[in-house]
Amino acid sequence: MDAGNTILQIVSSFIEADLRVAAPILIAAIGILYMEKAGVVNIGAEGTMLIGALAGSIGAYLFQNPWMGALLAGLVGGLVGVLFAYLVVTIKANQIVAGIAINILALGGTTTVNRIFFGLNASSANIPSFQKTAIPFLSDIPIFGSVFNQFGLAYAAFLLVPFTYYLMKKTTIGLKIRSVGEHPEAADTAGISVPRIRYGTVIIGSAIIGVAGAYLSVGLLSFFSENMVSGRGYIALAAVIFGKWNPYGIFIATFLFGFGDALQVRLQTMGSSIPYQFLLMMPYLLTVAALAGFVGKAVAPKASGKPYFKG
Amino acid sequence: MKLKSGSIQTNGADGGISVSLSRLASSDLVWKLLIQILSIIAALLVGAVVIKIIGGNPASAYRALFLGSLANRKAFWETLVKATPLILTGLSFAYASRTGLINIGAEGQLYMGGFLATLVGSNFAWMPMVIHLPLTLFAGFTGGGLWGLIIAWLKVKFGANELITTVMFNYVAIYFISYLVTGPMIEPPGTYPQSRPITDTAILPRFFQGSRLHWGLILALICVFLYWFFFRKLKVGYEARVVGSNYKTAKYAGMKPARIMLLVMFLAGGMGGLAGANEILAIQGKLFQGFSPGYGFDGIAVALVGMNSPVGIILGGVLFGALRSGGNMMQMIAGVPISTIYIIQSLVVIFVICGQMLTRESRNKLLIIFRRNNGRR
Repeated sequence: MDAGNTILQIVSSFIEADLRVAAPILIAAIGILYMEKAGVVNIGAEGTMLIGALAGSIGAYLFQNPWMGALLAGLVGGLVGVLFAYLVVTIKANQIVAGIAINILALGGTTTVNRIFFGLNASSANIPSFQKTAIPFLSDIPIFGSVFNQFGLAYAAFLLVPFTYYLMKKTTIGLKIRSVGEHPEAADTAGISVPRIRYGTVIIGSAIIGVAGAYLSVGLLSFFSENMVSGRGYIALAAVIFGKWNPYGIFIATFLFGFGDALQVRLQTMGSSIPYQFLLMMPYLLTVAALAGFVGKAVAPKASGKPYFKG
Repeated sequence: MKLKSGSIQTNGADGGISVSLSRLASSDLVWKLLIQILSIIAALLVGAVVIKIIGGNPASAYRALFLGSLANRKAFWETLVKATPLILTGLSFAYASRTGLINIGAEGQLYMGGFLATLVGSNFAWMPMVIHLPLTLFAGFTGGGLWGLIIAWLKVKFGANELITTVMFNYVAIYFISYLVTGPMIEPPGTYPQSRPITDTAILPRFFQGSRLHWGLILALICVFLYWFFFRKLKVGYEARVVGSNYKTAKYAGMKPARIMLLVMFLAGGMGGLAGANEILAIQGKLFQGFSPGYGFDGIAVALVGMNSPVGIILGGVLFGALRSGGNMMQMIAGVPISTIYIIQSLVVIFVICGQMLTRESRNKLLIIFRRNNGRR
């Protein structure tokens, strides 16, 4: 009976940890989904997240409130979205190249601003971070109760999943977005403004990705560190592919990717004999394995990655 | 949609000035060079605004940048020292890019190349240099090459998106090196997390006293030549370009895209690996964590600004090498953080993108006007 209880407890805390580390990837992936549905691939998600992380820590520090950090991260992320949209929609630049440019800009920009704003040891600044909020009753459910003991921002992320599904599948605006992503010429003929839809989804998506960055700097940690996103933006891109461009699929994908991270942390704290570097590799290897192993036929929006030239 | 150079054929010899002008206008090289130069100037101007905003003095910052990169012979040699790995990682991105693949993995390839080069270079001290050094360089090439090959294999066999897998493999490589230098490859007695030093017989020699400029630069230039040779003179290189521009056509034409991708990613990875070997054998002298200050990522910018052309990659390498070597001086003298050069670097990329796209439109308009003036039948 006791052993059973211990196992239950381990499973429960594991689910909690998994969701906690998966949430930022989930938020970023949903943000990416918005623009991918409209036919825009943004590998600048990594950089946008990094900028969001810095903006989040600055906002939380200035207003001494983590939610203000998330808000500022969203606003700044949206601005990055404006730049990206200008490059890929107005200028019709190659989306991959534009994304790379955003990533380089983010790396240099955040490092510079961080050093100016926080000085050399940013971790010493007093930045308030999100606290876990347990939802009454629900958090008392055995095993799965831990699902309801997360950061406030994580709940928002979970709600974003059905919301996005509904928006894309059941509303007119969702239909417009999807038509722009699948067949921009037809959408244009039907009177839908392709540039407007793409600008809109890129800006909103980037704002969401920015908030995902804030989750890292005022949630998982309570400071900004250089290049702290460390590939999560790309893992989010992988989650969109692995989740087959479906919000629920993406949720499952991020939960799986979070598993690697949570397991890694657990093994490290347990004092595993495996060198810690191999544990740290796990989330990345798991992502590669997922992309290689289980994807099957991918169903990307047809106009994905292509600039639209009005004929 | 796209007008290519040479799409204007004037009939007969009645062209005169407008023809030569149209030739000039349609000459890819002139346009590209002009755009590139204007983009770099624009990037530096916006960079000045950024430096001003963060509280620096743009004039003194740029003066320091110039002093540290181009102002005298010694500074210029240092620029070339920094340009050497950048040219190689630029080639890594360009090989893949020409074949329609996105290789963000030069950083990881660089680390794996550095690993194998160290393994060979810190052992076999009994070998004469003429054998040991080439062998070590080859090991570096192979280390990166195999790392790239896995990516291509995952892509052709399982359809794994190389853009994401290359990034994931960067992290795997970096952690792997961290494991090696704190574990199996640590230098006895194990005080510092670094490998044993490279033996004298595997060190890339320097050209002259007082400068770090070394034979790696010649190696990089040879690689640029081979890159040109591969895509312009070899059948497989031609096929690779076809795969890059139109995968389906390549397939229908009986080419074997999978095999070509495997080969190209091996070569691309090899370039990254050589960059790592070069850095270990000529500059660092041993393997340790984070021995690359991001040369792999900078290579992407080098290839983008150089538009994958051999000369462009050399010039791009020198440009970003100058930013790197001048950046140190900028931090020391003008107190502007070195990370600012990344902002300038990204501005260069952004402006080059904008320049290419905007001028494509204006150029097309110009060509139409010329065509009309030439009384095209």
